Amino acid sequence: MITVKQMVTALQLQLPVNRSALFLVLLMIGLCAATIMSLGMGGVEISVRDVFVHLGQRIGVAEVGIDAFDARILDSLRLPRIMRAIIIGAGLGLAGAVMQSLFRNPIADPGIIGVSASAALGAVSMIVAGHLILGSYYAAFGPYGVPVAAFGGAVLATVVISILSRQDGRTDAAIMLLIGVAINAIAFAGVGVFTYMADDAQLRSLTFWQMGALSGNGATDLPALIVMVLGIAYLIRLGTPLNLFLLGEAEARHLGVEVEHLKRRATVITALVVGAAVAVSGIIGFVGLVAPHLVRLATGPDNRYVLPASAMGGAIILTAADAVARIIVLPAELPIGLVTGIVGGPFFLGLLIVEKKRRRL
Amino acid sequence: MTLMAHKADFKARGRYLLRDVSIAVEPGEVLAILGPNGAGKSTLLKVLAGELAPSGGKVFQNGRPLSTISALDLAQERAVMPQAASMTFPFTVFDVVALGRAPYRKVSTRQFDQKQVSRAIKLADITHLADRAYPALSGGEKQRVHLARALVQLWGMKDANQTHGASDGSISAARFLLLDEPTAGLDVAHQHAVLSLARREAKECGVGVLMILHDFNQVLSYADQVAVLSAGEVVAQGSVSDVMIPELLSSVFKSRIRSINDPAGGVVLISQSA
Repeated sequence: MITVKQMVTALQLQLPVNRSALFLVLLMIGLCAATIMSLGMGGVEISVRDVFVHLGQRIGVAEVGIDAFDARILDSLRLPRIMRAIIIGAGLGLAGAVMQSLFRNPIADPGIIGVSASAALGAVSMIVAGHLILGSYYAAFGPYGVPVAAFGGAVLATVVISILSRQDGRTDAAIMLLIGVAINAIAFAGVGVFTYMADDAQLRSLTFWQMGALSGNGATDLPALIVMVLGIAYLIRLGTPLNLFLLGEAEARHLGVEVEHLKRRATVITALVVGAAVAVSGIIGFVGLVAPHLVRLATGPDNRYVLPASAMGGAIILTAADAVARIIVLPAELPIGLVTGIVGGPFFLGLLIVEKKRRRL
Repeated sequence: MTLMAHKADFKARGRYLLRDVSIAVEPGEVLAILGPNGAGKSTLLKVLAGELAPSGGKVFQNGRPLSTISALDLAQERAVMPQAASMTFPFTVFDVVALGRAPYRKVSTRQFDQKQVSRAIKLADITHLADRAYPALSGGEKQRVHLARALVQLWGMKDANQTHGASDGSISAARFLLLDEPTAGLDVAHQHAVLSLARREAKECGVGVLMILHDFNQVLSYADQVAVLSAGEVVAQGSVSDVMIPELLSSVFKSRIRSINDPAGGVVLISQSA
């Protein structure tokens, strides 16, 4: 009798943990599936079987490869693009989850403290006025100019925010949020000014920046992508300290978290990740907000699961959105920011309404 | 081996919130802090918890200056039950209590953590709430959740091994429990339950307990020592029987306080409008 009771309680204690862990495994499988599907979709359709055969040949399992034309499409177009989608999606999803815990506010998002907008301002200023800023070096630095400027914008915004929001040696999250709002306003005004100054060709590439594009800038993206991977590796392990942070800053300190240290590190690294994402792909909104929310519906609020799950969820969302963007207006391609907005917005709204009803009951 | 403030000042925006406060929380004893609103009681607790650095004087925990101890080491030696903690994300009560185990996540096992959490939940009388979402609880229920959380933090790795002796260095250091108005928002039965829990930690486990209280009779029945704060200064300090005299309390609280004999034994302090 006692043993049965003990087993039941043990199971009950274990169950939520297993459920969340199971969910992580499911997400992993989902990400693999989304990648495979996405590899086959686009202007040239490649069957799932061929995708497998090609991947098998590349890692040396299969002997015979596929048609050389299809293989080139996969190698030089889709694989790099999907890798970008996965890394950027993971970075944005994770950055959103970290920000929400840091500000103890479920609506926080990298966009909200002005980091994305400042990165965009950096990029836009380089696109429009790059030849003025860099002068004769423009020819040599041209391709690197835009990502570096985006990156610089993100870092500058973060530094400004962390300096201004310090008061009596502490960082006030509420003030930080308000400063973010102000920085957003300034940065978007700046983007507007450059848009006004731009000529036709520049205008076209500006539009891409503002709506997001995963087509990338070739090898010049590599440093930004490496920064993102390192940032993700750091942030994803902050689960427990961020859980304590949700109790309040004083309580987190009582429970052994070096609060100021964590706050500064997490904010700076989140900014780096977001800045790098903007540098590669322009502004892709929404992923940072939605991925953590969707994930919490399944795992609950425990950051030890929410953080990795948000990263994987963000990667899945962006990979899927990218596949849609590539096939929906063939032979052209829709900017990915539009897809995430058009498909994701109403979906998220519906989800919120359902959730609201459920909580009322 | 105490938690003590030595001539501690705390100044904010040019105003002294604490002035020349020397106070010691001794292991195995319950120290009550009394005082009118705004006397600096919570500030004192925050200074002792290392949350605020004193602008003058020093705070020592187990002989070491507080400023030299890492947050994690501090957390393994003292737990704080806050007055109000907000949490907007829907953690279950069990999970919130389990957060108290965070300082030991490198040294503890999941089974041991869950055993401690279940025990604290039972002691705090929140077993029936264990699976509920924390934000949906009432104020008094939340208080008990935080008591349970402070308890699992305080217990640390004690009883982790079958041998009850000290298995690592940190166990030999004295432990402290700081409670900021632990009875606020609680019904009478739970007020007594919380206070006896805290007293039992002191008497049976040698924990040094500091609690901010407002009820004189609770001080009489649950505290060993008492310090009375007024306008940031300690105006009286000593054993309960020495300090809890009507004349002194009347002048500090600017209210008429009388002591009357309780037919059941002892005295009760009552306050009346002046």
